[in-house]
Amino acid sequence: MLAFIVSRLLQSLAVMLAVSFLCFVLFNFVGDPINNMVGQEASPAERAEMRHDLGLEDSVGVQFLRFLGNAVTGNFGKSYRLARPVSDLIVERMPATLELVLVAALLALAFGIPLGVLTALRRHTVDSSAVMTFSLAGVAMPTFVIGILLIYVFSVECKAWAPALGLPADWCFPSFGRGETVNLGWWKTGLLTDSGLKAIVLPAFTLSLFQMTLVLRLVRSQMLEVLRTDYIKFARARGLTDSAVHFRHALKNTLLPVITVIGIQVGGLIAFSIITETVFQWPGMGQLFIQSVQFADIPVMAAYLVMVSFIFVAINFFVDLLYAAIDPRLRLDRARLGTAGG
Amino acid sequence: MFVARLAVLAAAMLSLASVADAKSLRWASQGDALTMDPHSQNEGPTTAMNQHVYDALIGRDPKLAKVPGLALAWKPIAPDTWEFKLRPDVKFSDGTPFTADDVVFSYNRALAPTSDFRSYISSIKDVKAIDPLTVHIITNGPNPILPDYTTSILIMSKAWSEKHNVTKPQSFKDKEETYAVRNAMGTGPYILKQRDPDVRTVMAKNPTFWGAKDFPDYPDELVYTPIKEAATRVAALISGQVDFVLDAPLQDIARIKQTPGLKTEETAQVRSIFLGLDMGSAELKYSDVKGKNPFADKRVRQAMYQAIDVNAIKAKVMRNFSAPAGLVTSPGVHGYTPELDKRLSYDVASAKKLLAEAGYPNGFSVTLDCPNDRYNNDEQICQAVTGMLAQIGIKVDLQARSKTLHFPKLQKKDTSFFLVGWGVPTLDSHYVLTFLYQTNDAAKKVGSWNYTGYTNAKLDELADGMLKEVDQAKRDKMIADAWALAVADMPYLPLHHQLIVWSMSDKVTMPIFANDSPNFKYGKIK
Repeated sequence: MLAFIVSRLLQSLAVMLAVSFLCFVLFNFVGDPINNMVGQEASPAERAEMRHDLGLEDSVGVQFLRFLGNAVTGNFGKSYRLARPVSDLIVERMPATLELVLVAALLALAFGIPLGVLTALRRHTVDSSAVMTFSLAGVAMPTFVIGILLIYVFSVECKAWAPALGLPADWCFPSFGRGETVNLGWWKTGLLTDSGLKAIVLPAFTLSLFQMTLVLRLVRSQMLEVLRTDYIKFARARGLTDSAVHFRHALKNTLLPVITVIGIQVGGLIAFSIITETVFQWPGMGQLFIQSVQFADIPVMAAYLVMVSFIFVAINFFVDLLYAAIDPRLRLDRARLGTAGG
Repeated sequence: MFVARLAVLAAAMLSLASVADAKSLRWASQGDALTMDPHSQNEGPTTAMNQHVYDALIGRDPKLAKVPGLALAWKPIAPDTWEFKLRPDVKFSDGTPFTADDVVFSYNRALAPTSDFRSYISSIKDVKAIDPLTVHIITNGPNPILPDYTTSILIMSKAWSEKHNVTKPQSFKDKEETYAVRNAMGTGPYILKQRDPDVRTVMAKNPTFWGAKDFPDYPDELVYTPIKEAATRVAALISGQVDFVLDAPLQDIARIKQTPGLKTEETAQVRSIFLGLDMGSAELKYSDVKGKNPFADKRVRQAMYQAIDVNAIKAKVMRNFSAPAGLVTSPGVHGYTPELDKRLSYDVASAKKLLAEAGYPNGFSVTLDCPNDRYNNDEQICQAVTGMLAQIGIKVDLQARSKTLHFPKLQKKDTSFFLVGWGVPTLDSHYVLTFLYQTNDAAKKVGSWNYTGYTNAKLDELADGMLKEVDQAKRDKMIADAWALAVADMPYLPLHHQLIVWSMSDKVTMPIFANDSPNFKYGKIK
């Protein structure tokens, strides 16, 4: 088992190194930050001097090694755009993204599982075909369209239709930002204020829609499969009530793959919150990244990409460990390979 | 238990945070200021933000005319010396008095190696405090437009800067953030209450502001939120979550105008958009014409000029938010005249004829370099130009890129044909002529944006001369002569001046500034 963990760790490290090196190669195509950093009056000599000071003239390899050397000591440099240490920026923006992702994941589960069960149990009814059609839209529509559409309906046009439905005028949702935040130590949370909770609804729903439909469809197909199995037939034969059969026996067994998928998807949610954050001006890491790309703010881009790859690698690493713990065959193969090789 | 405690904590913090926000103006634009340090970024949004906290010696009113700021009067007392009489009884918002020492300190700070204004005011040799209310600025030779340059240099407190160890503008080499990046303290109409870069900036009325009498009515509080996504920005305005949007996209202006409760203000911006042609190289780098340079022939340049239907660009691409131009500088700039700004007629037939006379009856091919995220609808402008030039047989290969790639390419002179825009912070023609038309000369520090290879000794001489000429009438003549040469030689093909549109709620009264830099002390909110 130890050999397996060590080999997995080494692989993860290699992946991270490869990702960060690729990032540096890609930075060459993002362009030159100098123009964004100096006024148009700056002379060519001054631009060259600044480029030299920032080490932008060095080859990709040299820049990469310098980045690695600094990163090992926890120093990711200073943002070209905001003149602040990159680690501070990321720590500051992380809570917004994590809260958004958390709420989105909860929404995906809270709506996805019951709807999945519903559509599995009540096949060929109007309501479940309506849900399935809706889920198609969720899979097919791009995030920014959903976001803009929600803003249009629930914050712009809402001013017209909410009063007509007898709702108070301030019922509508904000179209941007996080609302009021409260500091819990260094963690700035928007989940403890009314305006913060209200502000998270539209972006979280936008971000979760894809996962929600994924969960829905997964639960539905798993459920349909489980309902056909023998032990469900036996449960029915034992005279258990429908709800006991469906929820205690069938649903429980469908949830395992769902949990696994959601676990892996959380990494994806963090990485792909970029679009949602941009549409809703959500002050998280994704937005920081987009703004950095436009400015060619290399230190922030490098740190962000390394961090996202770390999240992915870490999640995969733990999933691998879990699988190994569950499935002894994996461990044996590895151990045999390990002794054969060494 | 823990949750309950959290809730109590949150409630307590909220009650602290929710002060009565009487007459608060919430505004938004695409990009936040880069820093609150007034000397480290010479960039539009940064200056727009900082001018609410810091003052300059001379201000600009909504017509962009110079008005007294921290200086009440200014005059040249020797060919190379300007005297500034400072406003008495001005206090910084921390209560300390403002004196000539703060001016000397701030100018030296703006001249420091890490300052982004260093080259902007490079003609300044020395700044001297004569007495607490008199400052002399000594320049390298006469500088008749020095007062225009001072409008961009904001004044900091010497004592505050020393206390917080920010006597130099921030440097990108330092690992740490300097105090002035997120903190500010000046003499201006507002004090910085909260600075959360990219998220939220709150400013409250400065109770000790010297201009309280002249500006009795400006908003008590400014809340700024950058909203990057254009559609979201417009949605925020329409749904009443912000009161003022600086940069609504042109295609949404009609919608905003139709919305009850919203209005717009429009004016010509001090920024002209034009195409540059590499007329200096022996052979074009990106063209199928080998051994000679078609752009060196004025007939070719004129043919291209006359083949561009700028009114179609105005109507179709710019949604009428542009003013067709014959000059690469805008109304409001000293030396601009409507006569100079007249375009040559749009005339495809004579364009074809000119091209044939020059020896290219079947045209040629050339690559056009274009930014796609710098000016209003820049890439679409280039697409329109590409189609129009095809009419006279010039096959344009359009290469649109991000500004982070476009400008470095220009600076390497790795281009044959390019789109660029030019704004004029000094509002004087010299700024345009020296950067865009003077012969590129690194040693003399002139012509640094002249990527056309254009060179005209007479124009060089005039541009050098107008920098030093103190006699206004003689100087105006030099500017007119230089523009006549520039227009006749046609190294650039002018397209249009950008218009700017500010969108706001009916509750807001705000004069528009042609430099696109809102100064809210001139504003009001109901």
